[in-house]
Amino acid sequence: MSTLVQPAMGLEIPLPTFAADDDLHAMPRSDLGKLPADERFLTWGARFAALGLAWVAVERLLPVHGLAWFIFVAALANLAILAVGTAVRGSNVEIADRVAQWVVSTGTVIVLVALASVILFVFKRGWTAVHHANFLFDDMTGVGAQDPLHKGGIVHAILGSLIELGIASAIALPLGVGTAVFMNEIGGKFSRVVRTVVEAMTALPDILAGLFIYTVWIIALGFPRSGLAAGLAITVMMLPIIARASDVVLRVVPGTLREASFALGASRWATVWRVVLPTARAGLATALILAIARGVGETAPVLITSGNASFIHLDPTSGVMNSLPLFIFTSARGGIAIQVQRAFGAAAVLLLLVLVLFITARLLARPATGKTSLFRRIRRLVQRRRPLSREESE
Amino acid sequence: MTTALLDPPAAGAPQEPRKISRKPVGGDAVFVNTFRAIGASVLVVTGGIGVFLAYQGWPTLHHYGLSFFTTQAWNPDTDTLGIAAVLVGTFEVALVAMAISFPLAVTTALYITEYAPSRLRSTLVAAVDLMAAVPSIVYGLWGFFLIEPHASHFAVFLQRTFGWFPPFHVDADPNAAVPDISRYTASAFIAGVVVSMMVIPMACAVMRQVFSLTPESEKEGALALGSTKWGMIRAVVLPFGKGGIIGGTMLALGRALGETVAVLLIVSPEFIIKGRFLEIGSDTVSALIASQFGEATGIQLSALLTAGFVLFVITLLVNTLAAIVVSRSRSGAETA
Repeated sequence: MSTLVQPAMGLEIPLPTFAADDDLHAMPRSDLGKLPADERFLTWGARFAALGLAWVAVERLLPVHGLAWFIFVAALANLAILAVGTAVRGSNVEIADRVAQWVVSTGTVIVLVALASVILFVFKRGWTAVHHANFLFDDMTGVGAQDPLHKGGIVHAILGSLIELGIASAIALPLGVGTAVFMNEIGGKFSRVVRTVVEAMTALPDILAGLFIYTVWIIALGFPRSGLAAGLAITVMMLPIIARASDVVLRVVPGTLREASFALGASRWATVWRVVLPTARAGLATALILAIARGVGETAPVLITSGNASFIHLDPTSGVMNSLPLFIFTSARGGIAIQVQRAFGAAAVLLLLVLVLFITARLLARPATGKTSLFRRIRRLVQRRRPLSREESE
Repeated sequence: MTTALLDPPAAGAPQEPRKISRKPVGGDAVFVNTFRAIGASVLVVTGGIGVFLAYQGWPTLHHYGLSFFTTQAWNPDTDTLGIAAVLVGTFEVALVAMAISFPLAVTTALYITEYAPSRLRSTLVAAVDLMAAVPSIVYGLWGFFLIEPHASHFAVFLQRTFGWFPPFHVDADPNAAVPDISRYTASAFIAGVVVSMMVIPMACAVMRQVFSLTPESEKEGALALGSTKWGMIRAVVLPFGKGGIIGGTMLALGRALGETVAVLLIVSPEFIIKGRFLEIGSDTVSALIASQFGEATGIQLSALLTAGFVLFVITLLVNTLAAIVVSRSRSGAETA
């Protein structure tokens, strides 16, 4: 009660004024959204303490040794120190928050480290073979499995992969995008059937696509094992993936754009070709490139349809043909050290190919920035030149 | 007269509303029918595989009867074929993969949507997408040459610690001075570790999308009521994303069941149901097909196709269920 009485006694209470308000605004908390100093001390302190504790435990106390155990013990020690440190000042709720954050971050770190280890391991082991120039420009004609790395190469597998992928893309891209257009722009009962079946077939295990082509194309129809058969197998594999991915992309094109186009009197085809597809171009390109990246790495279908060649063979319709995944698989399985190195070399090339495709897709998918892109600048140059040339010709 | 146009038409003209038809004419008809034909051809090709596999299964079932599903051995020479062992092996590998990938996928998705600083977020998303783009043969090499030596030692440790539990048992002495490491290699466990790498990005992508659909206002409400970040996640994000977690996990399971090459590289084939996943030898349906198609003719080829069909039906069921679960959780997002 005394606090209520005090003002009545005439004591001056500094009431907040507008000026004081302005002062408050002038000095916002500088580290808003960051952890306070003591929390940060706990975070970093726990990390350093865990490293020290882990060293003592692994090197001096426990019967186990090695980097893996050190990291494992350090991680557990970090968690324990964090929990205890939080318990000193906070409640159970805060401990749970700390532990959850630790678990979530650690899970992510494990995934990232695993991914990095895949990429680095393949490039590191692959470099032994790839840094020989002949590895990229020779084929394996007359090269024995035990011959050193400065003989023979994988150009036949690279070319074979590109040819098979070319066949698959030439068939699957137009059909897949066409199906997506059908499902989105035409619709009707039949399109729902198509959509259901296409979505179901994305579940098809890749080996079955190969087995299907093997049984129908090679056994029943009597065609030889060839690059074409492998290309068809990859097509069967890619078709549902492309159709579904493009379907998702086309579905987000705003309906108002279509309606505006129709209202202007455009035909349905003109609407699709000039409004819907250009609007979805970036998304479509990304979906298609990712599908191609998926197709180039497909091993199981080519394993049973293309046969295996050790020489450059450019005719897909007849004769066996090698490809990168197949070369990797057969070389790695043989168990001969030199061949395993070749397998890693080929895997590095394949991974590089996938990386390039992936980065292209990411760049295409990037939302437009203020800067004019290189592509647009080139197109503007070309457009500027075109009217001139027309005048000249007239 | 300005109102001339509004005058009723001449008495002789029949008064009917203009016919409205959605039937495309002219160029539109060409467009519609062309693309309908494309859709139909894709339907024939993709649907044809399913029908073809089912059709091929008939002679097998006629020949072997139901024992095809209960026989463990795959002996083309004595004509005793069955998929009991490989089916169990397929699920063993997939379960190991799910046990590893599920916690990692959930935590990665949570980190990306809730914990990551915003400038890191797109990089992390790209990294997970890249993980999905890495070819399975590359994962196979990584697993065979980098993971297997470590994982087999870890398997020894697992048996030493949990050996009293039958699945963790291995027919070898883990406490020997030098344990027989070769008994611990080429197992369903190691194949599962590698397959988990391939399914993490799938599961993570679905979960991330569903988590990111959580209504911002509910999250802010939880924080404003004084909950910690984990409290907010537990009270809002996880219940909201439950459908995505289940659906993403099942999609991943579908992929894990059908994985071929990595398993073929790592596992040494053995056609016995043993349930000891740390021990050498196991097989999956897809690896069986990839390794046996060459020698198979006639009824054996048809048996392989039937095995493939069984696998396809299983993955199809799993994926369809997953799709239903995910789409339900998404439709909930729109009404919220």
